[in-house]
Amino acid sequence: MEYIVIVLSAILVNNIVLAQFLGLCPFFGVSSRISTAAGMGGAVLFVMTVAAIVTYLISHYILIPFDLIYLRTITYILVISSLVQMVEIILKKVSPPLYQALGIFLPLMTTNCAILGVAILVIQNEYTLMSGVVFAVAHSIGFTLALVILAGIREQLELVNVPEGMKGNPIILVAAGLLALAFMGFAGIV
Amino acid sequence: MDQAKNFTKGFIRENPVFILMLGLCPALGTTTSAFNGMGMGLATMFVVLMSNIVVSLIKNFVPNKVRIPCYIVIIASFVTIVDLVMAGFMPALHEQLGLFIPLIVVNCFVLGRAEAFASKNTLLSSVIDGTGMGLGFTFALTLLGAAREILGSNAIFGLQFIEGDGMLVFILAPGAFIALGYLIALANKLNKQ
Repeated sequence: MEYIVIVLSAILVNNIVLAQFLGLCPFFGVSSRISTAAGMGGAVLFVMTVAAIVTYLISHYILIPFDLIYLRTITYILVISSLVQMVEIILKKVSPPLYQALGIFLPLMTTNCAILGVAILVIQNEYTLMSGVVFAVAHSIGFTLALVILAGIREQLELVNVPEGMKGNPIILVAAGLLALAFMGFAGIV
Repeated sequence: MDQAKNFTKGFIRENPVFILMLGLCPALGTTTSAFNGMGMGLATMFVVLMSNIVVSLIKNFVPNKVRIPCYIVIIASFVTIVDLVMAGFMPALHEQLGLFIPLIVVNCFVLGRAEAFASKNTLLSSVIDGTGMGLGFTFALTLLGAAREILGSNAIFGLQFIEGDGMLVFILAPGAFIALGYLIALANKLNKQ
């Protein structure tokens, strides 16, 4: 039951992008095509889950016992950047088209605040390792959902006549705002 | 390079939030009021200024291949300083900004300045660039915070000027996206003239 609450809350009620404002750079950067959006979602799912596990172990077995909790930000960011590097090498070998499509946003995942944010939230909420993993997976699914929906909206937006001043980023932000408004309708289900 | 131009470019012409669309997470997440926006902006400005100084001082000693991890560690150190100082002296603001203080480390705008400017320019230019861009970021966050506070709670910097509640949606998440969308449209218009 606890896991169901975590999952529903992370995907629908407190959606990481639309309600918590984490990971906005890839949200606006790679949401121009549904297929790239889904690929980015997959990469985030992997990195976020592994990062949550590794940072959980580091903070419970190294930082807390040795009273080094003030080093949290530095250690986490180093762990995450090495993970991203690893994913990049694997993806380049396994799926070159996806690697090409993700382009600059793969290395930039180091500076994706969603990943560091989730790693810190897992510790702040004092989850066990298992709930932490569920929390990270659910958040990355929420991220992918928001990304894919926005990509769908943007594909439609290309076909309509947008007022001159609102072309480009402004109309996308307003669309994202309306999407966030729709997601607010889920408040109260958990 | 013309230093005055270097200083002022952060306000409108190359404003990190309105034009470059960098650092959007704190820009949307912390601007529920003008004061919070300004606090976040000043904290980020301190980090960008200090990391610009250190990066421009060490640029000749760092091997090219490991420069990004080096920059990240430098930025993370200053973020830790800001985090601890804020928790000690401004606990109320620290509570409000919460998660977004440690997340300054992954603000692409800070790393962007270190990589694109401080690693190629002299100390003086980097200081001026850091201050100018930091102030531009603070300006953008304060403006967005003020817009949301005026529309959402009929107040500015905590001073209420109309009785009543205002349009609550602007304090909540959707209002952040919509307010920023219209501010960017405005900045685009100003830039075209």
